[in-house]
Amino acid sequence: MKKTIKAAVAASVTGVLALAGCSTASGGGSGETISVNAFSVMEAANVPVFEDFQGSDDGDGVEFQTSYGASGDQSRAVVSGADADVVHYSLETDVTRLVGEGLVAEDWKDTATNGIATSSVVVFVVRKGNPEGIETWDDIVEPGVDIITPNPGSSGSARWNILAAWAHIAGNGGSEEDARAFVTKLLNNTIALPGSAREATTAFTDGSGDVLLSYENEAILAKQNDAEIDYVVPPDTLLIENPAAVTVDASDSAQAFLAFMTSPEAQADYAQSGFRPVVEGVEIEDVEGANDPADPFPTVEQLWTIDETFNGWAEAADKYFGDGEEGNPLGIITELQQTTGQVGEE
Amino acid sequence: MTSALIGATTDVARPASPEGRRPRRARRTTPRNTLTPGAGLGLGVAMIWFSLLVLIPLSAVIAAAGSGGWSRYLSVLRNDQTWAAVQLTVGQSLLVTLVNIVIGTVIAWVLVRDQFWGKRLLDVIIDVPFALPTIVAGLVLLSLYGPNSPLGVHWAFTENAVALALAFVTLPFVVRTVQPVLEELEADVEEAAASLGASRATIVRRIILPSLAPAIAAGAALSFARAISEYGSLVLLSGNRPFETEVVSVRVLTFIENGNTESAAALASVMLFVALVVIVALDLVQRRVARRG
Repeated sequence: MKKTIKAAVAASVTGVLALAGCSTASGGGSGETISVNAFSVMEAANVPVFEDFQGSDDGDGVEFQTSYGASGDQSRAVVSGADADVVHYSLETDVTRLVGEGLVAEDWKDTATNGIATSSVVVFVVRKGNPEGIETWDDIVEPGVDIITPNPGSSGSARWNILAAWAHIAGNGGSEEDARAFVTKLLNNTIALPGSAREATTAFTDGSGDVLLSYENEAILAKQNDAEIDYVVPPDTLLIENPAAVTVDASDSAQAFLAFMTSPEAQADYAQSGFRPVVEGVEIEDVEGANDPADPFPTVEQLWTIDETFNGWAEAADKYFGDGEEGNPLGIITELQQTTGQVGEE
Repeated sequence: MTSALIGATTDVARPASPEGRRPRRARRTTPRNTLTPGAGLGLGVAMIWFSLLVLIPLSAVIAAAGSGGWSRYLSVLRNDQTWAAVQLTVGQSLLVTLVNIVIGTVIAWVLVRDQFWGKRLLDVIIDVPFALPTIVAGLVLLSLYGPNSPLGVHWAFTENAVALALAFVTLPFVVRTVQPVLEELEADVEEAAASLGASRATIVRRIILPSLAPAIAAGAALSFARAISEYGSLVLLSGNRPFETEVVSVRVLTFIENGNTESAAALASVMLFVALVVIVALDLVQRRVARRG
């Protein structure tokens, strides 16, 4: 009997946690509902954007049904039939998966921002005061520097970090051999590959590692949450671009919301959460948590992009991260991970 | 014979076996079908529920894996990185299961037979690893055994971390299966054996262990099965480094992230097979020990 009660309590706790996962941000009440399916970090960032949209003419009375999780999982859930009007993912390949299934129109990139809704850059998160004096990519591959970066195999968004390292060599005129050697050094210095960007931040703030490869918005968010860290924007780094799109049967309101996401008003809201604006003319107020709140997004000397440096995600995904199983090419990074792993084992 | 709806069909099937064959040994002395209408309904509900939740999804996994053919299995297992993950996962799971068999039985014994202050509290706390969301468990373990460990144990990102996380989440299984059996065990038998001159060791070996064996085996099977499939509590603590601390569930996730569901399903079904082998082995051992009683 006692056991039954305990089991019941455990079951109901789990139930409440599960319910907390899906919530409805309510607005006026009379209008329609837009389902937003997005990657985890957007959960907090979207709140002010929803409010501003509900305050606009298009969004009067609109309600939002939200679902947040790992980018790849979210995209696969939509393929399996999860309800979504607006999708917003960390990686373009997660949207192209939906295009392949006929759920998103082929021409989703035909917008003023090329289908991109939010952007950030790859940065180094370091201990308070930067005791190791880490400023550039070459500093982090020095012997003895412990790196943490999310696992590029299981976390799609972690791929930005590794490609940023690759771009540091390849973009600066280095050969593929040089880039391989550099990434090998980086992987040899890596002490942990947590499952997601957030888990990597947790492992780092908990005290592991000397440098965490992360995104500027993630670093700003961590500082907003009073984490004892600093971050460094390297002189050359990769621009992270998060695409958003509407599904084929989305309503006019959903399309209006997608357009609103790249408006200066919404971009100013996203900036408060640490995202670099994707359009010109955004008035950014002081961003708490940034290195310099008054100038939160310093210009990067040399900014690589996935389209120019890597010829787009369609090519990069297979070339660098293919798993080498039947029918799939063996990606360069996957291969390097295997060789460094085997060497490290000896 | 009271035959229910389901019984009727099996009864029809019976005469089908032609006579004149080697006479079957009368293995079955009870009637073939003892289902009352109520029991038939119960069996029906059980089978539908079981099919919906287990059989159909399981068949789907195996079908997805099978669509790649044997070559898919070979290519998955031939991948050094995957093979290292399989070895690590199965090895650490076996280790943790062995530890659980010993420690879990001891804890159950202490909880049932001994009286001490805080016993009721301990009894409740045993279930916490079960109720705690696994990612929270990972967080707690990381702060306890990570670089800032208050205990001075720096196990994060090592193989020990894998064993530690697995031991944490599988602790309740053996305790909870052995406990009720131990509670039911009559002290009379032990006293009788003692009065006949049996030593304490003989009593444990000949009386207590044989009666506990089925429960220990059941708990061990549960904890092994849970261990080889664990993900949440491990991802933070183990560091997921290929060839060193990467477990099978992370490999499966990597395949899925690459859109390679056949390989993911193939690897998953290999792990199902491993679990099956270990569960059968545990059952055989359990039967031997129980027979010695």
